[in-house]
Amino acid sequence: MMDFARRFFSRPTALFGFAVFAAIVAIALAAPLLFARGPFNIVGMPLLPPGAPGLLVGSDVLGRDMLVGLAFGARVSLLVGISATLCAAGMGVLLGSVAGYYGGLVDDLLMRVTEFFQIIPSFVLLMVLVAFLQPSLESAVIGIALISWPQVARVVRGEFLTLRSREFVQAARTIGMRDAGIIFTQILPNALPPIVVISSMMVGNAILAESALSFLGLGDPNLLSWGSMIGGARSAMWVAWWTTVLPGVSIMVTVLALNFIGDGLNDALNPRRRR
Amino acid sequence: MKLRYIAMRLVKTVLVAIAVVLLSFFLIRLAPGDAATVMAGQSGYADEAFMKDLRAEYGLDQPLPVQLWKYMDQVAHGDLGTSYVRRQPVLAIILERLPNTLLLDAFALVVAAAGGIWLGAMAARRPGSALDNATTVLAMLFYSVPQFWLGMMMMLLFAVWLGWLPPFGIETMGADYTGLARLGDIGLHILLPGTTLALYFMASYARLTRTAMIEVADQDFVKTARAKGIGERQVARRHILRNALIPLITFAGLQASILVGGNVLVENVFSWPGVGTLAYEAVTQRDNPLLLGIFIVTAILVSLFNLITDIAYSVADPRVELGR
Repeated sequence: MMDFARRFFSRPTALFGFAVFAAIVAIALAAPLLFARGPFNIVGMPLLPPGAPGLLVGSDVLGRDMLVGLAFGARVSLLVGISATLCAAGMGVLLGSVAGYYGGLVDDLLMRVTEFFQIIPSFVLLMVLVAFLQPSLESAVIGIALISWPQVARVVRGEFLTLRSREFVQAARTIGMRDAGIIFTQILPNALPPIVVISSMMVGNAILAESALSFLGLGDPNLLSWGSMIGGARSAMWVAWWTTVLPGVSIMVTVLALNFIGDGLNDALNPRRRR
Repeated sequence: MKLRYIAMRLVKTVLVAIAVVLLSFFLIRLAPGDAATVMAGQSGYADEAFMKDLRAEYGLDQPLPVQLWKYMDQVAHGDLGTSYVRRQPVLAIILERLPNTLLLDAFALVVAAAGGIWLGAMAARRPGSALDNATTVLAMLFYSVPQFWLGMMMMLLFAVWLGWLPPFGIETMGADYTGLARLGDIGLHILLPGTTLALYFMASYARLTRTAMIEVADQDFVKTARAKGIGERQVARRHILRNALIPLITFAGLQASILVGGNVLVENVFSWPGVGTLAYEAVTQRDNPLLLGIFIVTAILVSLFNLITDIAYSVADPRVELGR
């Protein structure tokens, strides 16, 4: 474990990504304590520039404090990004492990389904899903999970295909372990590193997908998110750059930090596969 | 043998199309209410008997498998339903917008491939150089930026602040250019949305070309070419690059589904009158048949594009017939 941490933090980008991500998590958690009145509270004139009295980063089209909006937006992004990834990872692990462990016809069938979900235009499917289920936090999580599980399934299947014929699996079978026991207590722990790496990268993509949904007006109508801030400020973009630039930079920094973390995890967990 | 491969791929494409329609049939059921509730809502007043008549008229009271069969039959005949809002056949509305989207995508793919391959080839020539590192950093950045926001920033910079390019639409409204002048006008309008779409893919192409070229450069036939005394430029272009480009063909196919998602966002930002903007209009107007129709049409187009790239790949790389 110490060895892993040392390898991870020896990369400057990984260290930077981790520090930035930790800061964003802290802001998201502290938002309701710091700004008790919530992001929809009107504090002054609309479109005040950054640096106006009491407004560190200005106000938006309705005269709401952009700083409060950005802090609360982090909550939506992280919540959707992390929960969608957990759901997708769960689905992917389940289907991928069954396909890889049993092989044969089951594997063929499951892999065709996986392939199908990778061919079809996933963002349009996501729009249909969220629009039909009615826009909400839950529908965004379900939709994003449904379009992202194939990545995990493919990785898990690959790991299971190579691990299932190893000696420790044969030993487990000899002592009479059931398939479910072998899959979850014997093989899965050994397949974890690549699952962790791909999941960390998926959080970033899930955040991008959530921001795109909110931008199109398919986000939860009761929550302010970075994407809906950008979508709502489109008419003001020409006169007040900060209304669109700042939420976009927030998304970019968050996703970049997550990608750096993913790269660092990849190097730290697979020392032999280093580039 | 190659014919057999192509036939197998054709069958697969048909199966994907059937699966798309099957999935759509179940997606309809996700929306609250059915077609009868929507129509009853529009008629202003409806009692139970009227609803029952409506359901009978549209076959909504029949068992699920019968409904599914009818639905597949309809779609197979090109009937994707009628738009709630526009009162026109969904397929006709989509086909009217499709050429604009295809134009934008073709432009974006050409720019992305040309720029990406050039950047990747330059980076592969000197791994670790400033250009190589810059390419890697830029690729990482473009992966982390929301595409719609990148488009807005391009608009802010080139249309609002610098005033070089038109920010909206496909041509100047009310100008009524004809012939070459019109073509030039469209060319000016396509630059911002086209480049925004292209940048994301350009980054991936650059990275892929770079790794493929470094890999190929290590192989024996390249050493043979050098040993024969062929100039370094010729080796780079005729031997390394040519072989490194083959995997990029399949990659273009895989990216097609991402490209469609980009269309929805980027067309919307630049008010480009294509299928992507249509999808946004369908969402804001709650026009479910139109939205679902766009999903079906784009999914089938993407799988057709995949079929074409796979066939092109099998022609470019003779080894492919061995595998599937």
